[in-house]
Amino acid sequence: MVIYGVALLAFSMLLGTYLGDLIGVMIGVQANVGGVGIAMLVLLILSNLSHRKFHFSSPTESGINFWNAMYIPIVVAMAAKQNIIAAASSGWLAVAAGGLAVIASFALIPVFSRIGGDSENENVDR
Amino acid sequence: MLFESLSAVLIKNSIITSFVFVGVVVWLSYLISEKFTRGRVHGSAIAIALGLVIAYVGGVMTGGSKGIADVPVLAGVGILGGAMFRDFAIVATAFGADLDAIKRAGFIGAFSIVVGVILSFVVGACVAVAFGYTDPVSVTTIGAGAGTYIVGPVTGTALGATSDVIALSVAAGLIKSVMVMVGTSIAAPVIGLDNPRSAMIYGGLMGTTSGVAAGLAATDPKLVPYGAMTATFYTGVGCLLAPSVLFLIVRAVLN
Repeated sequence: MVIYGVALLAFSMLLGTYLGDLIGVMIGVQANVGGVGIAMLVLLILSNLSHRKFHFSSPTESGINFWNAMYIPIVVAMAAKQNIIAAASSGWLAVAAGGLAVIASFALIPVFSRIGGDSENENVDR
Repeated sequence: MLFESLSAVLIKNSIITSFVFVGVVVWLSYLISEKFTRGRVHGSAIAIALGLVIAYVGGVMTGGSKGIADVPVLAGVGILGGAMFRDFAIVATAFGADLDAIKRAGFIGAFSIVVGVILSFVVGACVAVAFGYTDPVSVTTIGAGAGTYIVGPVTGTALGATSDVIALSVAAGLIKSVMVMVGTSIAAPVIGLDNPRSAMIYGGLMGTTSGVAAGLAATDPKLVPYGAMTATFYTGVGCLLAPSVLFLIVRAVLN
């Protein structure tokens, strides 16, 4: 049933967001800490578990894959509701702070990708 | 009368209206991609850029802060593009992701989040000082804003920054997020952003969930789950470090 997939996805998101909120409260910050990331892990673990014990029927999978495929349209809608005017008219300080942060971060990606790139096995977190 | 009942229908069924609207935008974008760039610029990259242009038009038309979603007929775009559906779709992308790849890059991914927060903070704080800010609270708030547009106001509120400084920190985060949306697919070949490992590092260093979500969608949708996984931890780590350790360091340096 398609709804099983959608429900599983929704359950994963609610559980992850809840845990993320709890972590935020525990370490005393006013923000959700990794809620979506935790939700993704929950979904990954649930789907890997079920592969071993029983197979997701294809309607169940299509319930999740539909939302996976809706990702780009949703991101387009997200882009269309940004406060571009505020960003564009925010003055040079904001442009410099945000822009330079992006450039510096981009520059670090190849450096990090190289770190431990050859000794990947050492980084397995067990 | 015809027009009035049409807009009444569109407003009443706002999310359904947004499906049609976004569908047309995506269709147009893939058409542009095929006809004018022969598929060289990916349709999704054009769609996201077009979305930003539409947001600008909406802002000019209404003077509001929610882009095209401030136009009553298109309010549904704000719901479809809001955090709820965005996060739901991001979680869905994890289905079919490679758990082993995530485990292998787990350490470097987590490391990149902390480095990403500190790096953006230092850059933002230096810019604030260069623009003449000298009080530790303002410098910290603007530095935090260079992380994400949530870290900035959370930090500013915690430290008691003035509202114009908090507004600046939100703007810095907004600039960052838009630049990541637009710049990722351009920078991707140069920085080697083409595998799950570098995508996790990228998500951790950038941190802006919306920027990472759109940037990877325009680059290679297969990489989305890996980048989004680390990016969603960034704001929490930022809210933890900026008003505490990083603020103390800024205060020590400036005094």
